[in-house]
Amino acid sequence: MITLNINQKTYKLDLDPNTPLLWVLRDHVGLVGTKYGCGVAQCGACVVHLDGEAVRSCVTKASRAVGKKVVTIEGLSENNSHPLQKTWLELDVSQCGYCQAGQIMSAAVLLRENKNPTDQDINDAMAGNICRCGTYLRIKEAIKFAAAAGSGEKV
Amino acid sequence: MIANQFNGHKHEGTLRSVLVMAVLMLIIGFMAFGSTIGHKRKVMQGKPIAAKDSVASVKAFEKVYAVLMSPRCMNCHPAGDVPLQGDDSHLHAMLPKRGTDGKGVYAMKCMNCHQPTNTPGLHTPPGNPNWHLPPADMKMVFEGRSPYELAKQLVDPKQNGHKDIKKLKEHADDDLVLAGWNMGEARTLPPMSHAEFKKAWITWLNTGAFAPKEQ
Repeated sequence: MITLNINQKTYKLDLDPNTPLLWVLRDHVGLVGTKYGCGVAQCGACVVHLDGEAVRSCVTKASRAVGKKVVTIEGLSENNSHPLQKTWLELDVSQCGYCQAGQIMSAAVLLRENKNPTDQDINDAMAGNICRCGTYLRIKEAIKFAAAAGSGEKV
Repeated sequence: MIANQFNGHKHEGTLRSVLVMAVLMLIIGFMAFGSTIGHKRKVMQGKPIAAKDSVASVKAFEKVYAVLMSPRCMNCHPAGDVPLQGDDSHLHAMLPKRGTDGKGVYAMKCMNCHQPTNTPGLHTPPGNPNWHLPPADMKMVFEGRSPYELAKQLVDPKQNGHKDIKKLKEHADDDLVLAGWNMGEARTLPPMSHAEFKKAWITWLNTGAFAPKEQ
């Protein structure tokens, strides 16, 4: 039995502590916004926040999350009100959408640490999130819009 | 008068002999006492002073160099700011950056993928609780260094993480150094065991840490 804090709720879970956090979220807790992509930390579809860091949940054991705060795409904001979620909708970033939860969770760490990222900062932060639909240009645009919205500037 | 003078000379000669003897005794005493202190100091430190031996030192460094330039060590001591990967030391997939502290940037920090332990399976990230590159202000580059350059760099506190000889010796058992011999499935190990490497490392340092001749 392990206890996890996920999206500010406490869950007592009867599972093997070696279970990947991804499957804890999807299969045990029912939070299916986080997606399985490659299973070997190569694509970024499964990114969630662990004490604020953008970990890849497919290779992160449940035991590593004990005593820490897990935030998934469902818990990033109330009512999809995070600036990134809003600009993602405004710019219609998603195509198939499969990778976008991971993209937004990675971008959220970037904007938390850098309120006004350059193109290079965005590339450095997002290089580990793959999109097979090729929405990279819209993702970059949306991050810039969200940054500007946060600072009150117009892009 | 003559006899008195003679007697006086005799007394002066005796006095001089006694003084000379006393001085000699003092010198011998100091030498013996100093030697005892020196011996005690050596014993207290518990480490014999090794003789410098450039031939043995350079020979030991050949082994050290072979390990440090193997992919398991060199891949995290790149010349650029992106770590290397694989037995061919290509640039790390996804191009993660060093960052100021060597632990990555933004959503691309080392520990986001590299877990505290190895992840099972092929092509999965190897793990360590302290996975990182050297920091930006002390990059400790191995890639591209000649044996001469690397030997000089390793003993320079301004380039080796401010380590003196004692700390360098201890570094052989650093967790991240040991991780080089436990990198998960299908990764080629360094060219000798950690025990052999450590022996060569200590020998190199104990014999004067001589650098091989510049090529």
